[in-house]
Order: sequence, then C-alpha cells, then structure tokens
Amino acid sequence: MTKKDEGIAFNLISRQKLDGLSSEEKLKFILKEVKNGKILVLEQGLTPVEQANLIEHTMKEIEQDTFIGVEMEGYCEDRPTFLQKLFGMTNRPRLTLIGPANLLKMIKKDNDMIQTKIIPGSGAK
Amino acid sequence: MGLFGKISLSSILQKIFGKKHAKIGIYGPPNVGKTTLANRILRDWTGDIMGSVSEIPHETRRAKWKKDVRLDNGNSSLTMDIVDTPGISTKVDFKDFMNTWGLSKDEAKRRAKEATEGVIESIRWLEGIDGVLLVMDSTQDPFTQVNVTILGNLEARNLPVLIAANKIDMEESSPATLKSAFPQHPVVPISALTGYNSDTLYSSMVKHFSKKRKKNRR
Repeated sequence: MTKKDEGIAFNLISRQKLDGLSSEEKLKFILKEVKNGKILVLEQGLTPVEQANLIEHTMKEIEQDTFIGVEMEGYCEDRPTFLQKLFGMTNRPRLTLIGPANLLKMIKKDNDMIQTKIIPGSGAK
Repeated sequence: MGLFGKISLSSILQKIFGKKHAKIGIYGPPNVGKTTLANRILRDWTGDIMGSVSEIPHETRRAKWKKDVRLDNGNSSLTMDIVDTPGISTKVDFKDFMNTWGLSKDEAKRRAKEATEGVIESIRWLEGIDGVLLVMDSTQDPFTQVNVTILGNLEARNLPVLIAANKIDMEESSPATLKSAFPQHPVVPISALTGYNSDTLYSSMVKHFSKKRKKNRR
C-alpha cells in the first residue's frame, strides 16, 4: 500500500492524557506523532513556554529531506478574571492543532476561527 | 544654581524609580524587518549598523548585539544593549530557498541548517533580556502562531514588550489591525526602511523599557 492510500491520521488528544504527562514527555509525544505524519488536535494546548520549547525541539529534529518542521495553531491562553485568580485559577491553554508543516498549512486565523488546509500526498506512516 | 544644579526632576525620578540600562531583544518572525529596524536605531543613535538585510528569509542567522546604545527622550534617557535576533519560525524548508529565491541546493541546505540554529539561539536569548521590541509586518495577518508564542512567553516572564508595526510605508499595511489584535500591548506604527515615526518609537522605548519590573524566570 502506498503512503497516499493510507490517508491522513487525525488524532484528538484528551486533556486527561496531556495532564498525565510532564512537559518534556508531552513535547516528545507530540513530536513523535507529528514526525510520523499525524495531525494532532489537543483538547488543551501547550503553555507559551512549552510552545517555545516545542519550536526549539522541532528545530533540532528537522531533517531536510523528510521533516521540515511543524504547523501549530491555537489561541492565546484563557486568562482568569480577578475573582477566579482569588480562587487560584491560572491561565489555561486552549485547543491547539499541530501537524507536520509539509502536510498542514494555515490559511487564516482570527479571534474566532482558525482555517487550515491539508496538503494531500503525505499521509501518516 | 539651585540645590540640584542642572539635574532635572525627571532625571531624579528616573534614578529613583526607573532603569538606566536595559538589554532589549528585537524579536519577530523572519522577514518582518528586524535588522532593518536595528540598523535604523543604530544609525540614528550611534552612526553604526547592525547587519546586512535581504529579501530572502533568515538573512540573520546568528544573534548580533550592540552595547551601550543611549536613547534620549527629553530629560530622560535609557542606555540599551540591543540584540538583533534571528527570525523565529516553526518550520524551515530548504526547498523554499531554491524554488522561491533561486539558491543552489547546497546554499539552500546550508542556509536552512543555519536558520534552524538561529531559531534555537533566539529562543535561548529570551532568558537573558530585560525587554522586547517585537517587530510585526503590518501588511500581514498578525495572528501567527509565532507572534502568539512570543507574546505568551513575554507575558509569562513579565517582560515589557513594545510592538513595532513595521512596513507602514506599504500601501496594504494596516497597523490598526495589529492594534486591535493585541490591545494589551503598546503598538507603534513605523517604517524602519524610511524612518517614518521613528521618533515616536524611540520615546516609547525609553518610557516603556525604563519601567522597573519584577521578572519571572522560567
């Protein structure tokens, strides 16, 4: 079977799964999946510091002929109100889409919608 | 001559409450005009330049810095170490350099490799700076993940950030879009190329980066 016939894998990753992983484990998991050609929808995305770490890890993993990096799109964190802060609530990352850059392309993003396009021909391994 | 001689009230207040020296990083995605802006600042205040500029993305692949650049704003001033960082991106494809910019395969691969190292260097510099001049292209969609990630990191570290909405000399620019996208941060429309509105940027830099803040180290 050719790679194209396998289709494109979309994995929705629950908040519980991500909560059970340390930051380092989370990044390793994401990069492994994305390098295997999968598109991930994270129910709860990454913190800004984790996002920066993911970019750094991605740059180290780039292999010029097989892996050119990631496409990652999400919204700014939810900020708690003053009252919520009093009860100990902190910033919460929101839903995030991450995939291989040769497969997933961002078209448009604003406060209400993230539009992406899948480039056929590079399905999951 | 009075009790304080020629020392103005504002300079006394700055000594008590504000910074006199700060390390400022110029950040942003590739090709938004970071080095053009760094060159503009240095040319205006030191007569020097920071580095070469190019239409080809990732021209700056190693961080460059200039120490002790003093900016004056009326009675107050701020001396800065200015760091021009390589553009941050989530992907680097050597084929783009070949297909879009006509580089040879070897050149393109070398540039791509150096670009990935530059991105890592930029992210690491975030640990050691006091404030960020975040350059955005006002002709482009501001909601890019790189902009969101950089801003999120600066907010998490409680670092002051000033957004330079660059390229307002271009017809399709829309600094208002940038302002409405990031209302929590000061935005200064500017053309680093022509120098338009650079005086406003300089006074904003002195005011904004002089403020004392407690950094959150991560």
